[in-house]
Amino acid sequence: MENIYTKDQNKTKLVKAKPETIQFLLSYSKSLNITEVDGLQFESNLN
Amino acid sequence: MNLGLLFNPTSNVMVVQVEDSQLVKKYIQGDEKAIEALINRHNSRLTGFIYSKVGDRELTEDIFQDTFMKVIRTLKRGAYNEEGKFLPWVMRIAHNLVIDHFRKHNRMPMYNSKESYNIFSLLGDDKLNAEKQLIKEQIDSDLLKMIKELPEDQQEVLEMRIYKDMSFKEISDNTGVSINTALGRMRYALINLRKLVEVNNIVLTN
Repeated sequence: MENIYTKDQNKTKLVKAKPETIQFLLSYSKSLNITEVDGLQFESNLN
Repeated sequence: MNLGLLFNPTSNVMVVQVEDSQLVKKYIQGDEKAIEALINRHNSRLTGFIYSKVGDRELTEDIFQDTFMKVIRTLKRGAYNEEGKFLPWVMRIAHNLVIDHFRKHNRMPMYNSKESYNIFSLLGDDKLNAEKQLIKEQIDSDLLKMIKELPEDQQEVLEMRIYKDMSFKEISDNTGVSINTALGRMRYALINLRKLVEVNNIVLTN
């Protein structure tokens, strides 16, 4: 018979995204730089 | 500048809230604090929206993150138009990402061919092969012969129902008998056919 592999999941409802996720997004926003050359846009991440 | 007044129940005071569109404008002008305010303002609503669709905490976090990465990129590129409201726009991005996720993981499962497991065993060909086609023709002709042995009234109802796909109402209208009579004739036609199959010892399976 096939094995059923299950992992315990946290069943409680997720109310808010984690602070780490927010922090990551803020850092991403700060590091993202868009440069436009001759009508073409280039993305770069300045870390 | 458009400002909204909101009552904050925890501090019991009215607070001034800057509208989304103002925060978006400030962010596009380079104010990084504005995006923080936008994320925090819509955090729980967007998280709840994504969670209601995927039902998984980690996946919700991932999609939340991807959604705002897309929002940030679009705003920085100057590709956001002010026509719609900010939150519905963000929700639409999240909704599309949820759909993308399900498409990638459920609708298009990946199969690898191995010796013990061949992909072609899953992909069938609907058409009958030559042998099955012969058997089907044999069954059809046997069945037709037996139908011809049925009393004429039963034969008529069975042909209309099965071969012409007519409803019992239509059969009743066409033959001039009541629906109940047509149903009864169909019932007897099937009973008699079963008897004929048994008597003639015919196998009607492919």
